[in-house]
Amino acid sequence: MPNAPVSPLVARLDHLYEFDREPVTPDKLQGAGNFIGVYSGEHIAGTEFVIGPLFVAHGVSAIDLFAGLLVGNLLAVLSWAFIVAPIAVRTRLNQYWLLRKITGPYLLFVYNIVNALMFCFLAGSMISVSATAVGLPFDMVMPSLNDLYPNSLTWVVVVLIVGGLVTALAILGFEKLAHFSKIAAPWMMLVFIAAPLAVLPQLGVTSFADFWRVANEKIWTGVPLAGQTKFTFWHIMFFAWFCNMAMHLGMADLTLLRYARKWQYGFLSAFGMYLGHYLAWISSGILCAAALGNIAPGPIAYLGAGVSGALCVVIAGWTTANPTLYRAGLALQTATPNWKRWKVTLAAGAVTTIAALFPALMMKLLDFVALYGLLLMPMGAVIFADYWLFPKLKLCANFAEMQSLRFSWPAGLTWGLTLLFAFALPLEIFFKGLPAWFCAVALYLGFSFIQQKCFAGGKA
Amino acid sequence: MKTTMIALALLGLALTVIPSVLVFLNRLDWQTHAHLMLLGTVLWFATAPLWMRDVKK
Repeated sequence: MPNAPVSPLVARLDHLYEFDREPVTPDKLQGAGNFIGVYSGEHIAGTEFVIGPLFVAHGVSAIDLFAGLLVGNLLAVLSWAFIVAPIAVRTRLNQYWLLRKITGPYLLFVYNIVNALMFCFLAGSMISVSATAVGLPFDMVMPSLNDLYPNSLTWVVVVLIVGGLVTALAILGFEKLAHFSKIAAPWMMLVFIAAPLAVLPQLGVTSFADFWRVANEKIWTGVPLAGQTKFTFWHIMFFAWFCNMAMHLGMADLTLLRYARKWQYGFLSAFGMYLGHYLAWISSGILCAAALGNIAPGPIAYLGAGVSGALCVVIAGWTTANPTLYRAGLALQTATPNWKRWKVTLAAGAVTTIAALFPALMMKLLDFVALYGLLLMPMGAVIFADYWLFPKLKLCANFAEMQSLRFSWPAGLTWGLTLLFAFALPLEIFFKGLPAWFCAVALYLGFSFIQQKCFAGGKA
Repeated sequence: MKTTMIALALLGLALTVIPSVLVFLNRLDWQTHAHLMLLGTVLWFATAPLWMRDVKK
């Protein structure tokens, strides 16, 4: 590989990820149990308390919900197993280093910044979720479905306190909190089971035989709330499939699955999907119906499980906001020369907390999650094409690394044009991901063909 | 000692979920369920960190 002078930006960027620059060695590989734990923990988050109620608000019917989640989560699991895991166990590299070979460091820098901002907003929605539980003892007026801006001074104060605490704890000790989140995971799962069970009698379910009738008549009635669009099987299926699109089709989970002994460990994502994105979404939907359509996570969890429910909302929001904030800080650090980690995390925490002040982030979570995945997905399609399709088409994989390019224009154009194509599509955001993925693959192949055949041997 | 901690932690998890089953079966009132669940929560978080390993990736 030809040597190119390294710019200060590239050196900073590389330094941040230096500790895991090499492929994972065999002695570092992890067993299946670890992946079951990680996937179960990551996908039982504070936001699950919002997504279930939003499905209720969008008037999905019971059969559409149960079937849509079944199929959509299966497709997500298959995406992890067949798209991410095979590349992860063959390269054993994290997403950063694999993308660097393909896109060059400058494009990766842009990707990192976009990623960081998305992480900040995601963490912000989790802080909003926690705030609805923290505000309970203060009789805080909860944000409603159509609230876009802060609705009271109490909300602002509570969000600032929660955001400040989450940021401070992220600065003080990320690793200890990561361990705490693993401890909390089994308990949170049981709260998600217990809370709806305790409110089912209030909805008229006194035996398991009653459940389906009540589910249709009182929970997932098929009638959206005023101002909400109607959700069908397809909305649910595509949302369940693509809500983690950045992780599977976007390839962010290369970083996790490179530790897998076998590619089949990708199937273990089913624990996260069917516990977090099936059971937990159904549970929070039941709680929402029992709360007569209230969407705010704190009150609905309290309704089912009392103080433990409110604690669960706080802990679920906090433990997932914390690593998200950490990742945002890591990504942002590339743009802040010589800043200490604490200072970067503080800046990320400030952006996150300001974002959390706006209930729109929580109430429009379905759209935001879909947008987040869509924005980052094209780079995953680029990795897929580069790894699997280039050798078959006699194209050179990792071209940017081979030619010491700092910016891969095929990857950059693919990213931009795919997003233009996606936003121009006359479809709801939940349905844009699939055509956009094929578009990204096709564009990257076409541009790379032009680059490598027309500029063969030169630095295109 | 560790065995006792594990037993208490499991009791905490049991108290987190079993009362809700009893509410569903109309054998327990909601308020008692909420109190028992809180007791289970305290038990779990007081004892689980003492035996759950901190696995480093």
